[in-house]
Amino acid sequence: MSELVFDHVTVRYGHHTAVDDVSLTVPSGQVVGLVGESGSGKSTLAATAVGLVPVTSGRVLADGKVQMVFQDPYSSLDPRMSIGGSISEAVPRGIDRRAEVARLLELVNLDPARAKALPLKLSGGQRQRVALARALAARPEVIVADEITSALDVSVQGAVLNLVRDLQRQLGLSMLFISHNLAVVRYVSDRIAVMKNGAIVEEGPAERVLADPRHPYTRELLAAAPKRHTRLEVS
Amino acid sequence: MRPVLRSPVGAASAVLLCLLVALAVFAPILWGDRAAAIDTDALQQGPSSAHLLGTDQLGRDIFYRVLVATRLTLGLALLATVIGVTGGLLLGSAPSVLPRWAARIVTSAVNIAVAFPGLLLALFFAVIFGTGTVGAVLAIAFAITPSFARLTQTLTASVSGRDFVKAARVCGVGRFRLLVRHVLPNIAEPLVINATMAAGTALMAVAGLSFLGIGVQAPSYDWGRLLGEGLNRIYLSPAPALGPAIAVVVAGLAFNLFGEAAASLAGRRQQQRQEPVTHESVVDTSAGGLLTVRNLHVTFPGGVRAVRGVSFTVQDGEMVGVVGESGSGKSLTALAVSRLVEHPGVVSADRLEFNGTPLARTSDRELGTGLAMVFQDPMTSFNPALRIGRQVAEVSEVHQGLSRRAAFAKAVDRLRAVRIPEADRRARQYPHEFSGGMRQRAMIAMGLMGEPRLVIADEPTTALDVTVQREVLRLLARIRAERSAAVLLISHDITVVAQTCDRVLVMYAGRIVEELPTSELFTSARHPYTTALLAAVPDLDTDRDAPLAVIPGRPPEPGEIARGCPFAPRCPVAEQKCRLEEPSLVSVDEGHQVACWKLDAELVEAAVGGAR
Amino acid sequence: MITVERVRGSAWLPFARRRALRLLTSLWVLVTAAFLMIHLIPGDPVRESLGLTAPPEVVAARRAALGLDDPLVVQYWHYVSGLFRGEFGTSLVSGTPVADLIGDRLPATVQLAVLAFVVVIVVAVPVGVVMAVLTKGGRRRGGELAFTSVSVVLAAIPEFLLAVALVSLFAVQLGVLPVAGNDAAGSWVLPALALAVGPAAVLARIVRVELLSVLGNDFVRTARAKRLPARLVYLRHALPNALTATLTLGGMMLAALVAGTVLVENVFAWPGLGSTIVGSIQQKDYPAVQGIVLVYGVGVLLVNLVVDVALALLDPRSTIREA
Repeated sequence: MSELVFDHVTVRYGHHTAVDDVSLTVPSGQVVGLVGESGSGKSTLAATAVGLVPVTSGRVLADGKVQMVFQDPYSSLDPRMSIGGSISEAVPRGIDRRAEVARLLELVNLDPARAKALPLKLSGGQRQRVALARALAARPEVIVADEITSALDVSVQGAVLNLVRDLQRQLGLSMLFISHNLAVVRYVSDRIAVMKNGAIVEEGPAERVLADPRHPYTRELLAAAPKRHTRLEVS
Repeated sequence: MRPVLRSPVGAASAVLLCLLVALAVFAPILWGDRAAAIDTDALQQGPSSAHLLGTDQLGRDIFYRVLVATRLTLGLALLATVIGVTGGLLLGSAPSVLPRWAARIVTSAVNIAVAFPGLLLALFFAVIFGTGTVGAVLAIAFAITPSFARLTQTLTASVSGRDFVKAARVCGVGRFRLLVRHVLPNIAEPLVINATMAAGTALMAVAGLSFLGIGVQAPSYDWGRLLGEGLNRIYLSPAPALGPAIAVVVAGLAFNLFGEAAASLAGRRQQQRQEPVTHESVVDTSAGGLLTVRNLHVTFPGGVRAVRGVSFTVQDGEMVGVVGESGSGKSLTALAVSRLVEHPGVVSADRLEFNGTPLARTSDRELGTGLAMVFQDPMTSFNPALRIGRQVAEVSEVHQGLSRRAAFAKAVDRLRAVRIPEADRRARQYPHEFSGGMRQRAMIAMGLMGEPRLVIADEPTTALDVTVQREVLRLLARIRAERSAAVLLISHDITVVAQTCDRVLVMYAGRIVEELPTSELFTSARHPYTTALLAAVPDLDTDRDAPLAVIPGRPPEPGEIARGCPFAPRCPVAEQKCRLEEPSLVSVDEGHQVACWKLDAELVEAAVGGAR
Repeated sequence: MITVERVRGSAWLPFARRRALRLLTSLWVLVTAAFLMIHLIPGDPVRESLGLTAPPEVVAARRAALGLDDPLVVQYWHYVSGLFRGEFGTSLVSGTPVADLIGDRLPATVQLAVLAFVVVIVVAVPVGVVMAVLTKGGRRRGGELAFTSVSVVLAAIPEFLLAVALVSLFAVQLGVLPVAGNDAAGSWVLPALALAVGPAAVLARIVRVELLSVLGNDFVRTARAKRLPARLVYLRHALPNALTATLTLGGMMLAALVAGTVLVENVFAWPGLGSTIVGSIQQKDYPAVQGIVLVYGVGVLLVNLVVDVALALLDPRSTIREA
């Protein structure tokens, strides 16, 4: 069992309240998608889960280790460290590091022979796989994925999404999946939470939230999401 | 280091540095006696063949004294640099390992100290440590320390903010290891460069203090002392002063230039020579439109062909979408057709016409009023130092001869037209007081100051939130409807284009691979890239239980396009021919063109299936 | 962290408060450092100053006269309260009040520094702009190389060496300008040049680099998309945005220029504070050194203050930065 629980979490910077009394549970083995626009506080909330941002009040509770995957794979890997080195840094003590790095690279569909390569030699999609492997190296029970596909090319994003979904199911991870893209969140999530101005305005099973949105803002988001077969009407 | 030696400046300064070190080591051994030899028959002489720089008041040869003084001068300078730089490094990196309150104290102490110029600090410490060699070295070391600490702090802070440091922290890497393994290696280069330059500065400072008489004291002598002695007799003979002066300058320069060479190398991407690129002309049979583009190429030095023979036409009042991934050349196409590609990019085309006139000959006035641009990032596309109204009004001031006041009034009117509330007040605000969506609307208002025939919008909604995105797209559609302006919409998002445009151009690796009416996009797209793209991007109807379609590999960079169809390495149906020869656009239907060798029935089947 | 706020209305107050606090802290550090200077000197400063041969009773009398036998706190109080009354102590060498000495010498130094600074600005900004425009986008690599080399060389020559070279050439060899002093109008030329050339070279490079980086910004592309004449693109859109960084660095250089007067004044026997302080250090006239260091320090702090305020006024987003 490995839940991630945000219990009345508030984060303030001076007079600005980035996260306002948020309570949210990521149930064990499930994916909770968190949608919201830029500045809604979703990334700040994510950062509290791994201790990168201190909470002003409230608590973040996790049963197991929490790891995070960042948005920009071009800045989340140390350019001077080999990808194997970055991954091995996160491997817990007492485990054969080299074998573990090879196993993890294989897990994210990368050739273990590339462990010595510098990030420079990798494409954005490959870097994001390395970032994923590093997060998994610490044997986490919970993963926080913050906009992990938004810096990727559209033709590459699908492969990363598939991988994330497969790994989550295979390893039984609990996951907080953050994105501004409703279609992407819908694809990977069991539950969906909608955030606005630092607060969660709606949360529920993905199907229900999408089919029967209760908060006006959720409805607005759904209406605004680009759809293929409807043309934009000119008001 | 090796690349530094390859630049002429770097090599020359490296040779100079080696020479200096050799002098410092050997000169006192070789010429120490001659430099100390007192000759009462030759007091205060000018330069002669016996004494190249003349003699001092005891008849000692100044030339040899300058050579011998290299050791002391260089030694003191290096010692001061080492002490100062080490101190600076410690003080600068301390805040990242100390507890917060202690870090704050160190930071503010450095901030206060750094405000005072080095020379002033050096004088202050010279008083405390007393005049003399030790005093001078410590004074200069302490004067270097604050600025180096500040540099280290700034660099450390910039690296610490990067995600890879955060990621390492999340992985449980300790503060000290974080500093040593992740931060310092990433800032070592600028630190080394600056330390080199600091050595040059220290050398001059040592000389300066000795020159003032508060550094090295007799009977020791360094270049600064020799210079000071020489200056006293400069009326009689300039050589005794100029000799050591030149030594100081040359040595100082050697350090500085070496640092500069290393720095410019670190900062510069490799520049390659431009190769002439010739493009085959394509026989143009089609009629033109409002915007006529035939065989457009955009190339960069080093043989990078970013746009490779793009042809299309935009008719009056039409809304055309261009879809592609990063590196597909879509944004450069937009810049090229609006005459905004800058040196060193080179644009060539068989025909590039706006409103029937070659773009190259279209007047600024006609472009400024008839062609409106909307760029991707509204946060950076406005001048942060000018009020919004002023920036919007500029077009009318420059191209329509309106007075400043009249142009501003018109700008307010246009801002109102794009539904900016309280346009009158808002026009007097600065860009940072606008939200992203409002800025993008203001950008469109800017285009409406003239009578735009064509609006070119390059990823106008990518940086915006979805709810705002829809408003901006609607605004573009409205302008098109109300003013019968044509719109060229560039986007990476095929859904956005499908929702708003009449026609789509799909670009890949600098070429158009497919062109078709949007109404047919989901039913009759034929190019494997188009169909794969449609299948790979999830939307609100995607089957959640099936894996997403995947396009293996990644799009090629503009510099690495090889022979054959550029999509072939990722294409599921590619065969030998695809890898050898690049297909050109052929018409398959009314208004539908595809550049693919595999246009048979099975592919159409696959395409329709893939796009559902 | 850079905080972006408005510099009008309410934002001014916190800025003024923060800036005033920083000025006061720096002033306090400066005054304390100047006070402690005498006490940090190893051994007895009075003995140091009077020499080893001075009779003990003279030393004791001088110590008492300087108040050096009081507890440190009391001495500190006397020193600080004295400063508020405009008292800087008495020179050990001449016996005259240090305040008089400073009042005598300060104007010449200020005049020289201001003149040099004006020369720096008038030369560096246009040269930097022109070079940026000429070498934009990797054009005229030869010109860029020449400009960079010349400016690096000029910037690397310390002002006292340049001063010596100028004296040797124009005053001694050619005899067209006076060697020293500040009596004739011509005597201003060489000292001002010696002070200005280095900073001007550095600033011109900074202006060029900053302008080039601003020219790469999206809003410059917007200005070009409006088809504005090049003059407006450069002067209205690019230059003001390049000045922020230029001013920050320029401020530091101006402060350094204030200190640079020390060396240049010595070469030209300029009757300012710079030539006085060196003599005082050599003669171990500590009250005089103390006072002059304080004046230089305050000068530097004032320069920094002026630069910060100018920055806040120039940049509407306000680059009011938290330290």
